[in-house]
Parts: sequence; C-alpha cells; structure tokens
Amino acid sequence: MQEIDKLIKESLNGEKRSTARLISMVERGNENAPYILKKIFPFSGKAYYIGVTGPPGAGKSTTVDRLIARFCKNNYSVGVIAVDPSSPFSGGALLGDRVRMHVQQEKMDVFIRSMSTDRVMGGLSRTTKEASRILDASGKQIIIIETAGVGQSELDVAEATDTVLVILTPESGDSIQIMKAGLMEIADIFVVNKADRPGAKDISLSIQGMLDRSLRKREWIPPIFMTSASTNVGIDALYEGVWNHSRYLKQGSHLEERRKAQLKLELRARIENEFSHILWQDIVAEKNVDKVVEEIWSRSIDPQNAARKMAMELIEEVVLKWGKNLCQ
Amino acid sequence: MARRIKVVIAKLGLDIHWRGVYLVAQFLKEAGMDVVYLGNKFPAEIVEAAIEEDADVVGLSSLCGNHLTLGPIVVEMLKKKGLNNVKVFMGGVMPPEDAKKLEKEYGITKVYLPDTPMQVIIDGITESMQGTA
Repeated sequence: MQEIDKLIKESLNGEKRSTARLISMVERGNENAPYILKKIFPFSGKAYYIGVTGPPGAGKSTTVDRLIARFCKNNYSVGVIAVDPSSPFSGGALLGDRVRMHVQQEKMDVFIRSMSTDRVMGGLSRTTKEASRILDASGKQIIIIETAGVGQSELDVAEATDTVLVILTPESGDSIQIMKAGLMEIADIFVVNKADRPGAKDISLSIQGMLDRSLRKREWIPPIFMTSASTNVGIDALYEGVWNHSRYLKQGSHLEERRKAQLKLELRARIENEFSHILWQDIVAEKNVDKVVEEIWSRSIDPQNAARKMAMELIEEVVLKWGKNLCQ
Repeated sequence: MARRIKVVIAKLGLDIHWRGVYLVAQFLKEAGMDVVYLGNKFPAEIVEAAIEEDADVVGLSSLCGNHLTLGPIVVEMLKKKGLNNVKVFMGGVMPPEDAKKLEKEYGITKVYLPDTPMQVIIDGITESMQGTA
C-alpha cells in the first residue's frame, strides 16, 4: 500500500510516470484499483472535459492534435485519452491515434494516453472515465476524450464529457442519415471536417435543417463549424466555439446539472455491473447453464422464458438464504 | 489470464520504410498485444510516449542506417528517465555485426533482421515479459 500511496502522491503532483502507472493499474483491474480511485476521486472534477467523436477516418485525431496546440498556446495543461478498438478475436489492439499527434515537449504541457476499447461497445473502454479522472486529479485543466471511430449508436462519450464534438465529413451521408437518431443527437458542436471537399456545404445544410425541425427544447443550439484539420483551417473558430459552449454551461447551473445527470447514469451502470458480476460469479456459475442451453436447443423452452425461470429460481434461493441468516 | 502486453512501436527518426513496421504491428495486435503505433518519431518523443503509455516494450524500426546512432539514444534516455524495465527491440536492415553490438553493448534486448519469422518476434517479446508483473 505504501508503494501505491507514493504513486498517488506523485501523480497528484503532476509526475507523469506515476500517473501513467496508476492508469495502467486501473485499466487492468489491478487489485489496488478501488483504493486508487477512492484516493484520487476527491481531487478530480476541476478539469473541463471535451469529447470528440465521429466515424472512422473523419479526422478526430487530427482535430484533437490541432486543439491541443491551441489549448497549450493559451497555457492550459491538457490531458488526452485516445480510444481505438480492440480485436474481438485476440483482444489486442492497434492504437494509431498518436500518429496524428505532434507534441513539442518543451512548449506544450500535455499527456496523451491511448486505450483500447477492450471489447466494450460504446466508443469508450470500461475505464476511460476513471483514467480521465486520474489525469484530472494530476492537474490537467483540459481533458480531451477521443472515442474510437463510431457508428450511429456508440454514445458513451456523451456521458463522460461536458462538450461533445461530433465530427463528420462531406461523405457522411445524405440528409436522411443526418436525420437519424443517435450520434446526431448528442452533439453540442458539429464539425464538418475535410470541408475543402465537395459536398461540405450540403451536409452542413442538412444538419441545419435537422436542427430546425427538431422538437426537442434546446437552450443550446449546436453550432456547425467547417474545418480542414489537416491544413489547419477553421480550427480557431472551433476552439472559440468550444469555449462558447463552456461559457454557456457555466451560466447558472447547466454544468452541475449535466454532470449530476451523468453521475446518476454512471452510478446506475455501476450498480447493474455489480449485480451482474455477483450473479455470474457467485450464482449462475453454479447452475447448469449448459443444461438449459440444451433444453432451448431441443425447443422445449424459449430463451426468454428460460431466463425468467432461472431468474425466479435465483431470487427464491437468495431470499431463502437471507431469511435463514436473519433467523439465526 | 496474463495481462496484455503494451508495445510502443515507431519508425526511428526519418526512416520512411513502412511495410515492415506495419507487418509487425499488425501481427502483435493479432497476438493479443496493445500496440501503440507512433509513426515517425525521434528518441525524445518515443521515450515520452513510452512514459505516458506505461509501455512494457518499445519497438524500433530502422532500415536507413540510423540504428547505431539513434537506437542507443532511446535506451539511454529511457534509463535516464528511470524506465529500466522497458525492453527495447529493434527490427530492420543492418549488418549482423551491428545487430550483435546493439544487443551486447547498447542494451537492446533483441534485434530482428530480415527474414525473421513473425512467430519468433512474438515469442521473443512474450518471453522477455516473463517474470514481470
């Protein structure tokens, strides 16, 4: 424990190596992870969190690279978590976001960490939030979370950040694609990247039209920025746009409300997680799941009813166990 | 289950040969490792990435003759930063005597020359990690 305490202390003082070690421990589900999170959490919550999401190849990493440069130029300390997908077969990953990121160490105070999704759908990994809190506690003022390339319904980033940038390109589809639910609904800011290509104006008009037709009551209307990240065009306006949204959130209690709503969702997910963990580890493991699979296979019961039956049996069993303990 | 090995892999300096490093990166991914590919980077940047990523292994690709100049600098800088546990592997084209020199005198864990079977590289990295937590 002494060793962990030392790492935590160093990390809180901004020591990079210790911060990196702590993130690894949490990422790998090390036995000390709960202790680390307990110690770190009180020091987090000071940073501003920016999420960057969009389909593969839209220019997320390049845009992040450009934003890092602007934040650093204005003397902010920046932490970046860049997520890329893991292999469903080997579990390994090729994490390629750093290729686009160019850091001048002498001039820039930045910490970049790559993470694999570790077989989690949703665009982030199981511990991305925790890792971002470690960076936050280590003194980073701006946290940028870049998701893995997403489709239409990987929306975890909206529950982990204050400002969500959805990055699209002129090739992102026609106005029907833009009207679809999911990704398009979580944007606080739209970015049409590669705007030097044909069709950029069309897609921005489609987004505008979609927003105009929306019945959702919005106090904040997501602005649309046209950029060409690789040639550094339109990034200054985008940078200002991010601050605009931040200023909006900080008026009244918007930011607090947003973060509390996120914490509620997180807590709920964690509770479900705990329960399903207990279920699978302690209870279902003892049952003969394979036997039930055989029953389903022979068509003597359907999966939904089989599951319900098993759940009922489990509850009965638990109640009996507890009842026994109460009586003793 | 053993934890996933984290590899930071880069084209050393200005070396633009990419096929070999892509091949290795992809195979390591398929062997279940987390591979952070940096593209072209100089030693200081590679070491910085190794720190931030908490890398177990650094892989350097060199096919343009910078193996003896930049390779040892990476090892040196890692040591200076206190990252003594990070294993440095190299791959590429160089005279076999240079490869031996890098392994014997400059602290490179292993140099893989052309025609090395991929499994040898995967096994080499996996074995170098044995005994570490």
